[in-house]
This record gives sequence, C-alpha cells and structure tokens, in this order.
Amino acid sequence: MATGIKDYAARSREIIREDPGVRESVTGATIAFDEKRRQGYAEVDADAWRRWAEGVKNHTLTHLDRYLAEAEEQLQANGAQVHWAADAAEAREIVTGLAVRHGVRSVVKGKSMVTEEIDLNPVLEAAGIEVFETDLGEYILQLLEEPPSHILGPALHKSLEQVQELFADRLDTARDGDPDTLARAAREVLRGAFIHADMGITGANFLVAETGTVALIENEGNIRLTTSLPRVHVAVVGIEKLLPRMTDLAGFLQLTARAATGQPIGCFVSLIQGPAADPGDDGPEEVHVVLVDNGRTDVLAHEHAWEALRCVRCGACLNACPVYRQTGGHAYGYVYSGPIGSVLDPGLLGLHEAMPLPFASSLCGACEDACPVRIPIPELLLEWRREAQEEGLTPWKERAALAGLASVATRPGLYRLAGKIGSRLGATGAARVLPMLGEWSKDRALPKPSPRTFRDLWREGIE
Amino acid sequence: MKVAFFVTCLADHYFADAAADAVRLLRHLGCEVSFPPDQTCCGQPAYNAGRTGEALRMAEHTLDVFGGQPDNPAGADAVVLPSGSCATMVKKFYPRLATSPGASAVRATALAERSWDLAEFIVRRLGVTRLGDGLAGRRIAVHQGCHALRELRLETEPATLLEGAGAEVVPWEAQEECCGFGGLFSVKMTAVSAAMADRKLETLPDVDWVVSGDGGCVLHLDGRSRARGDRVEFVHLATALWRGVNGDGGKTGAK
Repeated sequence: MATGIKDYAARSREIIREDPGVRESVTGATIAFDEKRRQGYAEVDADAWRRWAEGVKNHTLTHLDRYLAEAEEQLQANGAQVHWAADAAEAREIVTGLAVRHGVRSVVKGKSMVTEEIDLNPVLEAAGIEVFETDLGEYILQLLEEPPSHILGPALHKSLEQVQELFADRLDTARDGDPDTLARAAREVLRGAFIHADMGITGANFLVAETGTVALIENEGNIRLTTSLPRVHVAVVGIEKLLPRMTDLAGFLQLTARAATGQPIGCFVSLIQGPAADPGDDGPEEVHVVLVDNGRTDVLAHEHAWEALRCVRCGACLNACPVYRQTGGHAYGYVYSGPIGSVLDPGLLGLHEAMPLPFASSLCGACEDACPVRIPIPELLLEWRREAQEEGLTPWKERAALAGLASVATRPGLYRLAGKIGSRLGATGAARVLPMLGEWSKDRALPKPSPRTFRDLWREGIE
Repeated sequence: MKVAFFVTCLADHYFADAAADAVRLLRHLGCEVSFPPDQTCCGQPAYNAGRTGEALRMAEHTLDVFGGQPDNPAGADAVVLPSGSCATMVKKFYPRLATSPGASAVRATALAERSWDLAEFIVRRLGVTRLGDGLAGRRIAVHQGCHALRELRLETEPATLLEGAGAEVVPWEAQEECCGFGGLFSVKMTAVSAAMADRKLETLPDVDWVVSGDGGCVLHLDGRSRARGDRVEFVHLATALWRGVNGDGGKTGAK
C-alpha cells in the first residue's frame, strides 16, 4: 500500500517547524503516560513479569501453527465463524462481504490498529455503509479525517483547544467546553450510533487458543457496546495476537495495562466467547473472527525481526521515545509509528518500502527498557540498518564517508595526519564543506576543535 | 594499577584538555597511565550505521592496539575511556560484532572485560567516591549519555563523583532523556535531533555547568545551545573532577 514513510525526514522537519503545538501536546501526553508506566511497573516485580511474558510470546510464536489451529477449533466450538485473510485486500473483502450479506447499513467500531492497517473504513463507506469510530480519540480523528498518531491515544497530538474548536463547529458545544462536556457531546452522538448499528467491528488484544476467547481491553466502555449491541460482531485479529491458555491471559491483561497506562487492569475487559446462545439472549447473533496475516509470516520467518511480533500494542515504547515525542506518529507515514513501527514496518512492508525508518532513532534504548515483552528494539534497528547497507538502500555519500573512516582508522599514520588536517579545517570553518558537517550546521553551531590534539599534549608531557 | 588510556577520536580532537585531565585524575588516584600511540577510532560510527564489515575492521585494529589477548601483552590491568559511548562500543558491542569463532571473539571478550568508562572505573574498580571538595559551591546538572545510562547502567556514578568533590548536583526534568546526538542520527534526522536538544535545553535548571562524560553529546548540545544563543557552559566530566581534586573548580576558588 502507499505510505508516506520515505518522507520521514522532511515531514518531521515540517511538523516541528510549522506545527509546534504537536510537539507540545505529544511531549506532554507521552511523558505523563511514561511516568504512569514507571509507577505501574514499580508496584510489581516488573522485570520478572516481563521475562515471563517474553517467554510466553516466544513459545507461542514458535508454535504458531499449532495454536492457530487450536484457536480456530475452539472459536468454532463456541459458535464463532473463522475467516483467514492472507493480506489486506482479502481482509477488506471478507469484512465487506459480511456487511453486504447481513444488509448492514451502519457500523460501529472499537479502536483497532489492524483495521487501520488494512484500511477498512474507506471500502465500507464506498459500499454505502455508515461507519462510526466510537473510541473518543478515534471519533475526533474521524471528524478531522486524520489517521491515528499513537497506538493507544490516537489523538494525543491534538490540544484541548483544537478539540473545543472542532466540537463547537460540529456538535454545537461551547467554545470553552471542558473535557467532560466534550465527552458528553460525543456520547450523545455515539449512543444513537450504537443503538442503530447493525454490525460492530473491533480488533483484539489477545486471542486465547485454549478457549477460543477474544479479549479486549479498554477504558471507555465503547468496545463493550460495540461487541454486544449490534446483530453481528466482527473481530479483526492479527495472527500474532494468540496466547496459549486462559492463565496466560490473566498475566497479559495486567502487564499490558501497566505498560500502557500504569493501570493494574483496564477499566473494561471484554472476553468474547461466541454469539448469543439462544435467540433472545443478550449478545450478537453472529460472531466472526478474521485472522489476518498481511506480512506477519514474513516477519516471523525473518532471522531477527520475528521478535517484534511479541508486541502487544501497548504504546509504551512510543511514550518512552524522545524521537517520537518531537513529532508524534504522523511523521512516520504509516499506521505503526515510533520505535515499534521502525522495526515492524520494514518486516510487514519490506525494507525498501520502510526506509528510512530504521535510521529514525538515536538508539537511546529507552524503548527497550519500557517494553513489557522485552523486544530488543535498538538491536533490531541495527539489524535493519545492516540489511539496508547490504542492499545499498542508504545514500552513497554516507557509505563512502564510513568506508573512508574505516580506511583511515585502520592506518594509524594516516589517521594522525587526517586528524591534523581535520583540526585545521575545523578551526577555519572550512569543515562546513564536508557533507555531514553541512547537515550538522543547519541547526547547530560548528564544533570547535581543540587547538592541539591530546596526542600532541601527551607527547609534550602532561603535568 | 596499570591503565592503558584509550582517548577516543572525538576526545583526541575536540576534548584534548579534558582527556589530559582524565590522565591527571587517573595518576592522582595512583594509576600508571600509558598511551598506545597506534590507537584510532573504536568504530562506533560504522557500527551504528549498520556498516558491520568496516566496524569489525576498526574493532580488529583496536584489539591489536590494546592487546585483547587473554595473556594481555600490552601489560595494562585496565583500559579506560573518557567516553561512555565508546566504552560501551568496546565493552558491549565488540563481543556482539566479533561473533565468529576463533581469535577475535576471544580477544573481544577479553578486552571487554577489562575496559571501563572513566566514572565507572573510578567508582566500581578503584572504589573511590570522594575526591576532595574543590567543587564546593558549584551547581551542576549532569547529562548522561544513553549508552552509559542504559547499556552500562551508570545511573549514579558521575553524580556520586561530582558530589564527592563537593558539587551540588541539581535535578533536571529531562535528566534521563536522550539529547538527540546519536552519531549519524544527528546529521540524517537533523531537525528531530535539534528538537531533542531543545527539550534538554528548555528544561535545564539554573546551574553553573552542565557536565557530561560523553563528548559527542556535548558537541551536539553545545552546538545547539550556541545556535539558539543560550549561554550554557559545558564541562567534560574529567575536567570537572580534576578541578574538584585540584581545588580550582569552586565558585570562589581561583580559576
């Protein structure tokens, strides 16, 4: 699919320069989330939990065929219908086909990254179906026709003032309406949508193979309504979302909530166990689970990148990331942004399509410390960088400069000479002509070389 | 204690005086310091860019110079680097890089085991935390390089030493946040890199010095702060500590 990834450097510059409110909103929100995550981890033996979770996910991913088969069997035993989608197009066809077959005119959606990934809403709308995003952040973005900028807080790049403006124009709220007032106005609209909807579409946080249970975590209650009020519930689920047993789920529900928001558990946890058993019972008449590959088996087959499939989409790495904080997710040009996006997107889309994301990191390591399933994001970024170098996907000037450095650094005499020349150039400001220092000096004063190198000082004797 | 000093290319050319202060400090603490003259760059720029072959060549050169063999013909008990980032390259990334069985893996592990960042060496190897009171009256903010902080886990060592020399280490809201240097990152993603420096500079408390054991971070932060017109004095950790020992670092002391 078309993405805006290749424009990362230009877009990030544009956001920082032209829309400074984004940096302010994103920095404030992510630092608050990150602080809550730290507190949430501090209340438990987080290292032990994280190691355990890493182990469960590794086991599941290395036995994925077995657990997928078990999940399908259990889902069907529960009365749910299972569909397999090899790619985004198949997933869209399956969901649209279900909607058409059921005569659906109106859909309510719970927040779901995978439905963003497969670009579902436009095809539903093209089929004449009304679509309501019911997560408050997603609802705001739907009104603005913007994609989410964060896995968990899709609209966290927006300020309160921007939402006040939007709701005043669209929902007739007061221009200075407080957040409660704004939420109430959205709730009025969405309540009607829930009652009239024929189909509810969600993602899934987890799919338990042992019991065929679709597990969903949320704080707003909209997912509970989405999965229980309409006639038909469709859960679109990435195949990496599996957990083997119900007891595993108990741990993951808690760890994911702590990583995401510092909460001991989400305010609502929905465990979907198939459709209503008898006509007249509560719950949908039909439950469909669409299992989506869309590049995941390619990631799984990759020597290193498979570790990124442990991801539980908590957003902790985005919240911890000082790179993400400057721009929010839109700079990255794809639905999965921030540190996890930079290691997952090359696997899902192909490295060529995902350049230069592996280089959109200072390798500071804050993401790895935050990750509840211990994905070694900096190491994976380095692996993608290595592949990018091998495939010649980096600028030739950069490759030449590093090859030059290696040639000089393995010849001590040449190294000493180059150091002297470099110092002279630096002292006169002529170093600006060097390709990398030209970029450097766009936003910074040039470094000042020492008048004499340490080597000189050592030779003369250090008192 | 015999110490082979690995100055690192950045300190050699941009922080020569600070590197000399590191040597003075090590001698003051009773170390016999040598400087193997054929040393060059540790190879981190190539490693971080994904240029594995070139990084390995530079690592092999460094292994030759610093005698990473288990029997250690270079004769030093320890290799000390005045840079947390380059110390991490040698201690953590050389063993990852030199994974082929045989000589280089063995030598890389041997060198990794006896290499130290300066602050790490003083606190953890020498067991020294007090360095006189030459920094009394100085208000200092500490910038930790990310490799020192999250790879070597030197969460307290620099502050401990500065306080051990009498300084007041002032809390910094963005204390543990990356400054945005990241080597190649600073020239590839220059706008984001500069914005990250701004976040550090915007939250900087009122201090006399910003002290860091990582020259790369300082070049970047200082370059950004000068471009912004800020007046921030950056001091390398080695210089700050030496001034502490030497008694000329206090606010009222001779400069």
